[in-house]
Amino acid sequence: MEKPNLEYVEELASGDESIRERLINVIKNEFIEEKEEYYKSLKNKDYKKIAENVHCLKHKISILSLDKSYKIANEFEHNLRKLNLDKVEDFEKILVVISYYLKTI
Amino acid sequence: MKCIIVDDEQMARVIIRTLCDKIKSIKVVDEFSNAMQAIKFLNANEIDLIFLDIHMPDFNGLDLIKTIKNPPKIILTTSDSEFALEAFEYGFIIDYLLKPVGFLRFQKAILKAQIHASTSSDIKLGLEIENDFYVNIDRRLVKIDLAGIYLVKAERDYIEIKTETGNYRVHSTLKKIEEKLPDSLFLKIHRSFIINIKKIIDIEDNSVLIKKDVIPVSRSKRPELMKRLDLL
Repeated sequence: MEKPNLEYVEELASGDESIRERLINVIKNEFIEEKEEYYKSLKNKDYKKIAENVHCLKHKISILSLDKSYKIANEFEHNLRKLNLDKVEDFEKILVVISYYLKTI
Repeated sequence: MKCIIVDDEQMARVIIRTLCDKIKSIKVVDEFSNAMQAIKFLNANEIDLIFLDIHMPDFNGLDLIKTIKNPPKIILTTSDSEFALEAFEYGFIIDYLLKPVGFLRFQKAILKAQIHASTSSDIKLGLEIENDFYVNIDRRLVKIDLAGIYLVKAERDYIEIKTETGNYRVHSTLKKIEEKLPDSLFLKIHRSFIINIKKIIDIEDNSVLIKKDVIPVSRSKRPELMKRLDLL
């Protein structure tokens, strides 16, 4: 499975440590919140809400340069709009990879 | 230019603010996590530009566009280009930025907004559009004139750049070169092709002829292509 990286964040920060730190903090905090929201919506089988949660998480996936994972998340989001949970397992694997990665930075 | 940012995601707002901070002529006066707050602000304040996320829960960016009177210039930010097409019906939509937004692409959008905002011909923009760029081919840096490019084709991990003077196969992606190409000349008409719209010879059904190349046009890209053509 592809590995997340901070290439985009570094490019945006252009060597400014305070910007880098701010971006990383926001990504860490918002990812945790969005992931919790996602599992809550999933438990309630609220497909509209799950799709919204996936949409937000999708942006974090792309920020971490996970191109293939982004495509999976995109597919999952589209499936959810059709009230279909296909790709849920693949999507959750991505969440695990990101959760682990964010603990290392 | 005074602007506001409307996006339900904090990360997206921080990114746009960071990008704005890199351009002196842009001042972010406020940011909002939902469209309703933004509408209240817009009713009481005058601004020049909105960075607006299309996809927000409950009341989305398109709803906001339909609600506000005398809207300022708007740059849409989105993860799905399909939603942006509908928004291009409105004259005050300057551009749309696909997330995650890169600085070069952002600069181009700001440049467009500044051009729209001024009727003066001698406006000093403080930004420059490059006329050429270099590509690495067999350890040689080759200069490519932007206006001479008529087609860029994606082929797995490579792109083929076809120009008036020759063709170049470069290890890169369509997304990367798209950021370097000015929107005034180029348009991505298919997931594998970017064309120079000034070089189109003819258009038939869902394909365009450029030089000797017949290029397919995605159904979703056709409205934008037709809009960009100078039809009689």
